[in-house]
Amino acid sequence: MLSRTADHLYWMSRYVERAENLARMLDAHYRLSLLPRAPEALMQGWHATLTSLGVLDEFRALHPDGGAHEALHFLAFDRNHPGSILSCLSAARENARAVRGTITSELWETLNATYLDSRGFGGNTAYIDVANFIEWVKYRSHLTRGVTVGTMLRDEAFHFASIGTYLERADATTRLLEARWRDPGGAGERLVSEASEWAVLLRALSAFEVYRKVYRESVTPWRVTELLLLNADMPRSVHRSLFDLLRNLGPVHNSQSAETERYAGELHARFRYGRLEELCADGVPQFLDQVQERLNGLANRIGADFLVSGYAG
Amino acid sequence: MSAKPYDEMLDALGVPRPHCRRYMEWLHQQPAELLAAKRAEADALFHRVGITFAVYGEEAGTERLIPFDIVPRVLPQDEWQKLEAGLKQRVRALNAFLADIYHEQDILRAGRVPAEYLLCNTQYRPEMQGIDVPGGIYAHIAGIDVVRADDGAFYVLEDNLRVPSGVSYMLEDRKMMMRLFPDLFAQNAIASVEHYPDVLLENLKSVAPQGATDPKVMLLTPGAYNSAYFEHAFLAQQMGIELVEGQDLFVRDDFLFARTTRGPQRVDVIYRRIDDDFLDPLAFRSDSVLGVPGLLTVYRAGHVTIANAIGTGIADDKSVYPYVPEMIRFYLGEEPLIANVPTWILRRAEDLAHVLAHLPELVVKEVHGAGGYGMLIGPAATRAEIEDFRQKIVAHPERYIAQPTLALSTSPTFTERGLAPRHIDLRPFVLSGREITIVPGGLTRVALREGSLVVNSSQGGGTKDTWVLGS
Repeated sequence: MLSRTADHLYWMSRYVERAENLARMLDAHYRLSLLPRAPEALMQGWHATLTSLGVLDEFRALHPDGGAHEALHFLAFDRNHPGSILSCLSAARENARAVRGTITSELWETLNATYLDSRGFGGNTAYIDVANFIEWVKYRSHLTRGVTVGTMLRDEAFHFASIGTYLERADATTRLLEARWRDPGGAGERLVSEASEWAVLLRALSAFEVYRKVYRESVTPWRVTELLLLNADMPRSVHRSLFDLLRNLGPVHNSQSAETERYAGELHARFRYGRLEELCADGVPQFLDQVQERLNGLANRIGADFLVSGYAG
Repeated sequence: MSAKPYDEMLDALGVPRPHCRRYMEWLHQQPAELLAAKRAEADALFHRVGITFAVYGEEAGTERLIPFDIVPRVLPQDEWQKLEAGLKQRVRALNAFLADIYHEQDILRAGRVPAEYLLCNTQYRPEMQGIDVPGGIYAHIAGIDVVRADDGAFYVLEDNLRVPSGVSYMLEDRKMMMRLFPDLFAQNAIASVEHYPDVLLENLKSVAPQGATDPKVMLLTPGAYNSAYFEHAFLAQQMGIELVEGQDLFVRDDFLFARTTRGPQRVDVIYRRIDDDFLDPLAFRSDSVLGVPGLLTVYRAGHVTIANAIGTGIADDKSVYPYVPEMIRFYLGEEPLIANVPTWILRRAEDLAHVLAHLPELVVKEVHGAGGYGMLIGPAATRAEIEDFRQKIVAHPERYIAQPTLALSTSPTFTERGLAPRHIDLRPFVLSGREITIVPGGLTRVALREGSLVVNSSQGGGTKDTWVLGS
């Protein structure tokens, strides 16, 4: 497969996955805002999210006095911000358009329709609309994934698209966790239990029922972290994402990719065999930062070995 | 344009022609709401599928739909067979002409075509002189524009031998019609067109350089912002070949390679949808970022086949067009089965005088123009436009040809005010490989504006499905 084609497929999936995870972040905020919390807690939560996404400075430059409303608009609807949901959906479609001959027509039509429909959102950020928008983004992402899995040949195209999906998901899960850990939440006068705040994160990740099945006990930050990092069967955990990534990296092996496979395998092994207490000995946010750095290193290696920047010529 | 145009479906009395009777009966039985709903459905589907084209001169990336008319253009079997024979004859002669021009130039020595028209033409590529191309085929894909005049006869209006486009609309229009009106296809024996990509791929493989046992064919596109990008992606997908841009290819040791996830891969055949000028910045336009540096060297070494070949523009140039009937006589020893439109060549003094005296009646075209740009349609032009054009012609007569304004045939077409006749043309796609193949029909383009004779999609034209009925 052409390196450029692989590159477009990889980014197509990354952007779809990114849009979904952004929607999940907004979902967490939306649910938190419905809890009886101190008013300043709301904005603290947004700061934690913007920080975990690495866009706090950018946001402050644009909206020096920005509140929850601006933060929401920035992450969901701002077409000038390349990291907003609408920008991601548009970028996914542009990448798909560049390789529409390689993906199935069903997949292209799904992404194209998502983009066409997305143009109808953004004017209004009334609460009920935000909830609908979040549901819609998740639904379109589910649909895209279903069409991908249901129609695409299991060839290189599928593997590169999957690599994009799982790398993005692993990264996003660490950022969702980081935002929760960095949010002091109900510090001071506590109107809401810590358990409720963490339950919100679980619900945003469609993991609340999963948690109950796995732990059968009350929600604690530590258990949630363990579930989202180390559980092998939880589809959005970092462990599971790395496992799925590895399964797709093997088949595209080329003469210069051995080191990348080793690097990915080593990272996966830490989640497969590590204990949370040891991994997070220096603190959970610190560990999450390290993981993000590692994932970034893996993305660069994949780019150099397979994608546009890389091979031959 | 006093003569009444020929209507493809209705005779002079407004009675359906025999081959259209069944369809017209059916059409009149359909409730208006149903047809309106089908039209809306077609629009929505084309949007969702993203069958769009980019419009030059508008904001980058602007995408538009080409309007689709749900009334098909219907050709009876006997008419099609005559057309088919004439088209094959024409393309055979055009390929023979190209091979001759880039080798011995017998036709020039025989004085059948004036040498100065050819050798001083910018479309003549001296780089091609003496190169042997596989099978002697230059124009692997030819889009021959055919029109029917008021006398009911077909004429060739234009030969497109460089990178003819539109075949994706032929295929998508058919898919759409089958989806909207499956019953019509069950009731009428309509020749299928779906095998076009298979024939094309087979032909492209058959012209691979010698020694390529399992030839690798790739489609070279200028990229996602080209007006015909949809078609490039569509054809690559239908043929199951890679869609590449110039940046994906590179030349090493006189061979052409693609950059792939598994390292460099040899390329044997390039189906290019990029003009000659942009193919190789080392040989042609040095500012081109679309092409592949060194491609011409690989081509000259016989290590890659380019389809269509470089330099085919010399055979479809409008100043050469008037000589195609002569080519048919010269190379094939046959009389042309489809006539040319009578053409005045304005570099000839006597032709120029006649044309300047009759501008309001004529169509004047730029020799190198395409896409319906840079032409004057006398009967539709204002006096100021005519005078403006007159000055351009007088300044550079060699840049223009003129033809009588043909009353292009019409076909019933849906308009805002119901069914009405609109002018149409036909572009059959003629594929040359081991043999010459034409999938029955082609792309019918329709001028949607009342009275308009311009069918180009860039100028408000639409398309129709084209039916060739079984005998």
